[in-house]
Amino acid sequence: MNRFAALLDALVLTPSRNAKLALLADYLRETPDPDRGWALAALTDGLDFPAVKASLIRSLMAERVDPVLWTLSREYVGDTAETASLLWPEPLGQRMPAPTVAEVVATLHTTTRTTAPAILADLLDRLDVNGRYALLKLATGAMRIGISARLAKVAFAQAFSVSVEDVEEYWHGQSPPYTPLFDWAANGAAPPRTDLLPLFRPFMLAHPLEAETLDLSEYAAEWKWDGIRVQIVHVAGETRVYSRSGDDISATFPEVTAALTTPCVLDGELLVRGAHQGGETGGAASFNALQQRLGRKTVSKAMLAESPAFVRLYDLLIEDREDLREWAWEQRRARLEALVPRLDPSRFDLSQVIPAKNFEDLAEIRSRARDEAIEGVMLKRRDSPYVAGRRTGLWYKWKRDPLLIDCVLMYAQRGSGKRSSFYSDFTFGCWNGDPDAGAELLPVGKAYFGFTDEELKFLDRHVRQHTVGKFGPVRETDKSLVFEVAFDSVHTSKRHKSGVAMRFPRISRIRTDKPAHEADRLDALKALIAD
Amino acid sequence: MAPPFSWLKPEPFGLHVAPADAWIDPARAVDTALVTHGHADHARGGHGLTVATPETLAIMALRYGVIETGSTPVAYGETVTLKGGVKATYVPAGHVLGSAQILLEYAGERVIVTGDYKRRADPTCPPFQVTPCDVFVTEATFGLPVFRHPPIADEMAKLLKARENEQGRCVLVGAYALGKAQRVIAELRAAGYRDTIWLHGAMERMCRLYEDHGVDLGDLQPVAGVPKAALTNAIIICPPSALNDRWSRRLPDPVTAMASGWMRVRQRARQRGVELPLIISDHADWDELTQTITQVNPTETWVTHGREEALLRWCELTQRKARALALVGYEDEDD
Ligand SMILES: [Zn+2]
Ligand SMILES: [Zn+2]
Repeated sequence: MNRFAALLDALVLTPSRNAKLALLADYLRETPDPDRGWALAALTDGLDFPAVKASLIRSLMAERVDPVLWTLSREYVGDTAETASLLWPEPLGQRMPAPTVAEVVATLHTTTRTTAPAILADLLDRLDVNGRYALLKLATGAMRIGISARLAKVAFAQAFSVSVEDVEEYWHGQSPPYTPLFDWAANGAAPPRTDLLPLFRPFMLAHPLEAETLDLSEYAAEWKWDGIRVQIVHVAGETRVYSRSGDDISATFPEVTAALTTPCVLDGELLVRGAHQGGETGGAASFNALQQRLGRKTVSKAMLAESPAFVRLYDLLIEDREDLREWAWEQRRARLEALVPRLDPSRFDLSQVIPAKNFEDLAEIRSRARDEAIEGVMLKRRDSPYVAGRRTGLWYKWKRDPLLIDCVLMYAQRGSGKRSSFYSDFTFGCWNGDPDAGAELLPVGKAYFGFTDEELKFLDRHVRQHTVGKFGPVRETDKSLVFEVAFDSVHTSKRHKSGVAMRFPRISRIRTDKPAHEADRLDALKALIAD
Repeated sequence: MAPPFSWLKPEPFGLHVAPADAWIDPARAVDTALVTHGHADHARGGHGLTVATPETLAIMALRYGVIETGSTPVAYGETVTLKGGVKATYVPAGHVLGSAQILLEYAGERVIVTGDYKRRADPTCPPFQVTPCDVFVTEATFGLPVFRHPPIADEMAKLLKARENEQGRCVLVGAYALGKAQRVIAELRAAGYRDTIWLHGAMERMCRLYEDHGVDLGDLQPVAGVPKAALTNAIIICPPSALNDRWSRRLPDPVTAMASGWMRVRQRARQRGVELPLIISDHADWDELTQTITQVNPTETWVTHGREEALLRWCELTQRKARALALVGYEDEDD
């Protein structure tokens, strides 16, 4: 438990992702089973002990500390578990040896509401202040230290030099303390079986197409739809919908989940019905409409009626327990085309192959894609197997060229981590009319990347030398510097004073050559709106 | 007959010793000031006459230039008689170099004003002395039971281990320029660390002053102008404000450490972006505050600054007469 407590503290205080990964990987390598598995579950909020709640901590403390002193302390510290760990009276005499994580988990699993107070008190007596903090956080399931499942998996892969994709795949059927998973990765045992479970399979991803031209006899082209990439799995009577990160989003899109009854694993783009993408019939609404439904755990009937979801299918990974991932894309595509007519047509359709004669033809079709609010074009090698992650030469995404607009730097804020001494978060604006006739700048977006280290130094210096006001961590500049901002699209927004919200803005160039009054006006930005 | 202790009045900007017309640690310039120690919130410049230990006077001279008008040095254990027959004795407080509790005697009554103090051993100043009195005027900077400072040897071990583990980096320790910095350096020496310790420019003069007063700090060098490569695996001491400042960019990928009693609380460490919190304080922690009141065992306890509410509650629970003085101008030192 002490090693786990030290890990917890180090993770909390380490800002950089790489350093967090290294800390976790070291812990997983050096800690024996089953402690490391339980620790992993605890860090990713995967443990629950119904008998231990924050109220139990408060009542334990009430027996030991004056209520006024408790309240004053709790108010100052701001966290019940931490306050209790600091105030817990040190036992008299020699402390009993600290419990292991596995012992803590086993003990807490068997507690009831009646036995919990005595059991928790005994565990607290055996730990020092950091150990007590870790115990209380673990027991109440309130870790919240920003270790995502993804980060944990990357650390796991790093610890044992195995591929993240394999970890992703084998992880899903496993439950804490993941002993078969450690057996496989650390001891070379056979990987856990996955074919009978509704598991997530890692997605195949595409490289951006740079300058190359592709031969369309080798590559097939499809639209890149502007929704969210999903995987739908049906096996043994169960269906799951997974997002790009492998999160189970079945409950967010119940109409899609309910619609698949054929045993298979599908890859596609989840969209909301509308006339915006791909024309009037079978069309999809803009990303904005989809966003309304994302992040909701339950869905109202009205929402289901108003914004029904469907999936435009790209690929077929497994059909009837037959794994097709080693097959060529062309063969999988044929199986997919044969399967789609058997699926519910209101929930599933096929992403069409673009009938381009050659690459120039495709370029021409793509250049018109902006009007159709499509993200761009996908190019898939006809003989490519379905492999996890990005592999060179197989799949390409050929995005539309970004939109560009010239904006004026208005405010800057310091970054975090390595950038904490630099002003690296920039708010920029456009003119709300003619600047020579008294128009003002309105903030239209924020960007914190797109620039090189050299440019960052320049920007930091500019902010410091051109500050006209300070509001907490924010500096207001004299609004003399113009940026060329690149972005993917712009939408109307009620939440922003400017009335618009940009998607994915980044600084593409610093225009020291351009005077601020020549920056773009809001009207120019609004003309690009694609809702 | 006047009511007990009515000759000592808490006014908003300091304690007023009426018969002597003198103020203790006043928050603004006065004719006669009795100063407990050199921290800026206790020792302000511009008084007509400053009565303090010779070390405190030297620190004030370093900070504010020569005290033009007048100063009366009082060594530890020495007594001066002020106007109106008030006697003031300066007793070690164990807080920083020169820090003193002031024992006031008048009309047969004894009052101690602690200024700031701690009970742990500190190689840079003599230890706090328990002195009997009727009224004990105590600070309460860490006056909450969550504050229990661990042994300083543990914190030094943490610091040296971080230096050992993070090859190719350096460890940058934020420490208050008066007292904390020198104590950290002296404790590093006591832990057997012999290498050069590097200093931010704001630290240099105070370290020299400590050395002039006989505190051995070993080899100290200013960091200014030293190439990055020469600082890998170095320990560098800077004021807390410089930790995330542009200044730190010249250093090789520093592990940011902070030596402060506040580091006991994770959120405080996180807010400051500290990677390595070192729980080191020059103030009494909760146990030391309550232990000190118990040992001194005064008739009344007055609490000057800090988290006085909790300490008053403790006095109530232990049936001790106590009151809070609403004084202004004291800060939570970065201690
Ligand atoms: Zn002080
Ligand atoms: Zn103070």
